[in-house]
Amino acid sequence: MKNVKIFLAVAFAIIAITANAQNNAGLKLPQGFKATLFADTIGSARHIAITSNGVLFAKLMYPNKAGKSIIRLEDKNNDGVADQITGWGNYGGTGIFVKGKSLYATSDNDVFLYQLNDKDEVVNPLSPKTIVKGLIARNQHASKSITLDAQNNVYVNIGAYSNACQEKDRMPGSKGMMPCPILDSAGGIWKFDGSKENQVYGDGIKYATGLRNVVGLDWNTQTNSLFVMQHGRDQLNSFYPKLYDSLQNAELPAETMYELHEGDNAGWPYVYFDPYQKKKIVSPEYGGDGKREGGENALDPTVFFPAHMAPNALLFYTGNQFPEKYKNGAFIAFHGSWNRAPLPQEGYFVAFVPFKNGKPSGAWEIFANGFSGLAGEDKVMNPRKAKARPCGLAQGPDGSLYVSDDNKGAIFKISYSK
Amino acid sequence: MKFIVKSFIVISFIGLAFSSKAQDIEKGQKIYVTRCLACHQADGGGVPNMNAPLDGSTNVVGNDIARMVRIIKKGYAEKVALDGLYYSNAMTANPDLSDEDIANVLTYIRGSWGNKANKVTVAAVKAAKSKSH
Repeated sequence: MKNVKIFLAVAFAIIAITANAQNNAGLKLPQGFKATLFADTIGSARHIAITSNGVLFAKLMYPNKAGKSIIRLEDKNNDGVADQITGWGNYGGTGIFVKGKSLYATSDNDVFLYQLNDKDEVVNPLSPKTIVKGLIARNQHASKSITLDAQNNVYVNIGAYSNACQEKDRMPGSKGMMPCPILDSAGGIWKFDGSKENQVYGDGIKYATGLRNVVGLDWNTQTNSLFVMQHGRDQLNSFYPKLYDSLQNAELPAETMYELHEGDNAGWPYVYFDPYQKKKIVSPEYGGDGKREGGENALDPTVFFPAHMAPNALLFYTGNQFPEKYKNGAFIAFHGSWNRAPLPQEGYFVAFVPFKNGKPSGAWEIFANGFSGLAGEDKVMNPRKAKARPCGLAQGPDGSLYVSDDNKGAIFKISYSK
Repeated sequence: MKFIVKSFIVISFIGLAFSSKAQDIEKGQKIYVTRCLACHQADGGGVPNMNAPLDGSTNVVGNDIARMVRIIKKGYAEKVALDGLYYSNAMTANPDLSDEDIANVLTYIRGSWGNKANKVTVAAVKAAKSKSH
């Protein structure tokens, strides 16, 4: 009899856990939060943006099976699941940003501007305005992320087409170029006029430099400044086995958040940030030994995270739906690592950093987890095995948080109720 | 007596054949772990959109040995289309690997994670090199 009771208790516990996981689309969330699978298998959904009417747009890395690369999703009956899904565009890309009725989208070379009508439907799907053209995209770090400030300036990441600006990229022992010529046209954030057409490099300004690759960026309306998340360099042990072993490489360098102002320099490729020494260390390609400090004129990170986790989206939360602690804090979508072997790969989650008065006010924490296993085993030895990989973030008009996945193309909607 | 000697010789040859094969794969695996694993992963699965998978890849189990030798020697910096997907990361060159090293690591890669392609001999690597200039 007692056994039956225990059996029933265990069975109910398992049912409760399973049901809860299903209720939250497989995600693990803090108490009081719920998730729905807003959409699934729409294509490789990179960044997402939402209008004031709650219409969501996703930019796909490649056109999907229907040949569309910008997907419009609307939840007309408001049940947390998109019920109207349409699309247009035939070019892949990452960046998307909506401001009023202006919808910006990027290819790996250009920034385009579409017009939305009062129902947030695209007016000119075949004839967008070209805002910026001819940006460098050389395979590595080619994606262009964008955000806008209140004055309608568009900030574009132009990633460095290199790991550490070696004479021969990713070649053991090849020296770092001095000065790094890549920084003339990449490895930073460029600023353009968001309403002027056909701009090229010379029409914009190099707003900040020394950033290897930024995918996640957001304009913070409290500080009135740009924040970015850098992808740190790879493969210290592969190229400098005498200085670093595989376990050190797994934890070096930190993934870093910077607050940027015009003219700032974050130090790539000359230095990297060591999360243990909490210092900027000279890169081995530039004569570093793993200890020597450098980058006197380079920024220190605002926040730093474990290595290689690939922060692909940044969003400062300005909504009123979530508890007070989240107000003005930073959500970061980590795409998940590949360069931490022999340790398990890490970071297939959405993290949160509380902010007060424009500065971090506490340690970072995991906000939403479970993407890699979606209620199964979360441990990832190979990124290919991750079921979902967080890539984009957007805040709905009701204060819900949306997370996109560029593996199968899921969109999760995360809401809070007391 | 004759039979015993013959048997002994046959068994020795079989043993030699097995041990030399095992040795190739073991040496190849060592090279893989130090040079290839960081990007192509322990299970040969690569990294989506970045580093091409080696398990089941038509390029890897195919017959264009010259191409594989060239990529290992000289690295690869183009966006590569493979079985309908794209991979964009740059691959390191390995100019210091000997022909035997390359034969060993290719043999390991072509015989691991479900790959069942035939071994690559040192002679095949040499022949591929003379073709690929």
